[in-house]
Amino acid sequence: MTATSTSGRPVRPTPAHEPGDSNRVVPKRRRRPRTVTEWVLLLGAVIVAIVIAFPFLLILVNSFKSPSDYASGGPLQLPAEIYLDGIVAFWERVDFPQKLWNSVLISGLVSVFAVVVSVLNAFAIGIGRVRGRTWVIGLFLLANMLPQEVLLYPLYYMFKQIGLYNNVWAVIIIFTVIQSAFGTYLLSAVYGTFPKSVLEAAAIDGAGRWRILWQVIVPISRPTISVLLIFFFIWTWNEFLIPLTFLVSNENQTVPVAISVLQGDRLMDVTTTSASALLGLVPTLIFFLIFQRTLTRGITAGAVK
Amino acid sequence: MATIPLIRAPRTRAPARAAEEPLIPHRGDRPSLGYWLYLVPGLVLVTVIVLIPLGWNVYLSFTEWRGIRPPVFIGLENWVELFGDQTFWASFRNSVAMIVAMVVLPTVVGLVLAALLFDLIGRRFSGRLASFLRATYYLPQILPVVIAGIVIGWVLRPGDGALNQMLDAVGLGFLAQNWLGNPDTALLSIMVVLVWVQLGYPIVVFMAALQRVDPELYEAAELDGANWFQRFGAITLSIIRPEIFVVTLTCTIAALKVFGPIYVLTRGGPGDSTIVPAYYAYSEFFQAQQVGYGATIATALTIVIGVVAFVFIRFQLSSERKESAS
Repeated sequence: MTATSTSGRPVRPTPAHEPGDSNRVVPKRRRRPRTVTEWVLLLGAVIVAIVIAFPFLLILVNSFKSPSDYASGGPLQLPAEIYLDGIVAFWERVDFPQKLWNSVLISGLVSVFAVVVSVLNAFAIGIGRVRGRTWVIGLFLLANMLPQEVLLYPLYYMFKQIGLYNNVWAVIIIFTVIQSAFGTYLLSAVYGTFPKSVLEAAAIDGAGRWRILWQVIVPISRPTISVLLIFFFIWTWNEFLIPLTFLVSNENQTVPVAISVLQGDRLMDVTTTSASALLGLVPTLIFFLIFQRTLTRGITAGAVK
Repeated sequence: MATIPLIRAPRTRAPARAAEEPLIPHRGDRPSLGYWLYLVPGLVLVTVIVLIPLGWNVYLSFTEWRGIRPPVFIGLENWVELFGDQTFWASFRNSVAMIVAMVVLPTVVGLVLAALLFDLIGRRFSGRLASFLRATYYLPQILPVVIAGIVIGWVLRPGDGALNQMLDAVGLGFLAQNWLGNPDTALLSIMVVLVWVQLGYPIVVFMAALQRVDPELYEAAELDGANWFQRFGAITLSIIRPEIFVVTLTCTIAALKVFGPIYVLTRGGPGDSTIVPAYYAYSEFFQAQQVGYGATIATALTIVIGVVAFVFIRFQLSSERKESAS
């Protein structure tokens, strides 16, 4: 059993576990005809799905309308003609490519650094089984569970003193710690069940701890590590309070911060606001589509098998 | 947003002595000493970024500080003020609303929908449709929560907003209003955002958990004449209880920490109608420049979260013990 059996992130079971899949080992019974109640319940589930998807559709439709088109046709009509000015105006106004780059840079570096720190910690805790490791894990969990508000002002003051305020590196350092706290917890559990025979074989071949870590343990636990990389990337991308506080000047802001600080601005007409929401949601939708398979593989394949 | 991964450490009941041995064979007496070196970077970072700021923040709650001249120690003054502060109590009342929106409703509705997708739609209609519906329910979860707030905020715009116009179109125009600007509807509107965001999380987790339920148990219960509700209560709920526990714990903590949607949608207003502790602390830090008082609110929030987590975990452990005893 590895610790990655369940996860609250976009975990999608592999097709073999798909509910109701025909190869499932359910004793075959004669199929009853579907009842009216069953159709009604299905309808209910579909209605809930429509209600949930509806705001997305509204944003999509209305981002391509001119404000006058919106005023005359209302929110439900398809655009009379494809109008890109709202999107273009917002794109240029926030310098969207720059914000994307900031978000990619911060999230990318955080996920790499946090994974390295997690691996080192987990090696000591899971493989090295240092004394008092329960306390060490507890400490890292605490770091992950604390509300960020309780760290906010001291961190703000500290980073101001050392001249890293309004600098992406402040955010990178802080999230490296917060994310690696979680990674340590997860990887320690995984490494605690690492097959001992593999490690013994490596030791007999004369490899030291450092080499065993990087040339044996890390390659074998790659599925878990790649899941962590992706989680850390997306979590950091979605963070708000700390980037909002630390990245005050325009050119350092991340995508969610840049978009949210312009809300309520008097230059934001109804369809430009819709366009801003669209630009905010597209990147995360893209990650979801790209990473979905890796996530699935990593989690369902189990970490060390 | 509040998706904290649901990972539980495997329970190891290995003999205590073996558990103390490093997994890599060693020569010499103090095998685990060298491993501490690997912990140095992690422990240094966590000390500088978490422990020192945490201690400092607790200290600041006993001071008056406007962020420029050195803090002045004032003892318990901030704490006394906090207990008499209407806004502070209002913020925790609103936290209860956040818990309803992020924990109670999503968990209950999520259980129903997960069971519906798994038992009925997956088995009696098509597995593919069930997966598709699940993915749709999950969609809002992938957004940064502030963007989710902006999406719903756009629908709820005052005046020509989409919801108001749709109400108009179906002859309910008299219901149209400034949803986020009216103290009677602002909190409810925020709750709608959070339910929308949060619903997919329990559904995905519970559906994964339902795979563990042995279909033969169901068959047996069915033969004994149990109806769907009886089977659901007796079998399903007891088997997926660990997931229910983790979902409610993590989401309760997330609900107490809500900040982003409040910041982008209402800034706590109108009046104090949507203020939450996290936003209150933030505004004391950076708008009122009352750092000591902000630190007091943040510390109080941390204590509440700690107590909630402690109570949850105690409750879980005692119910587990009861179960294994019976």
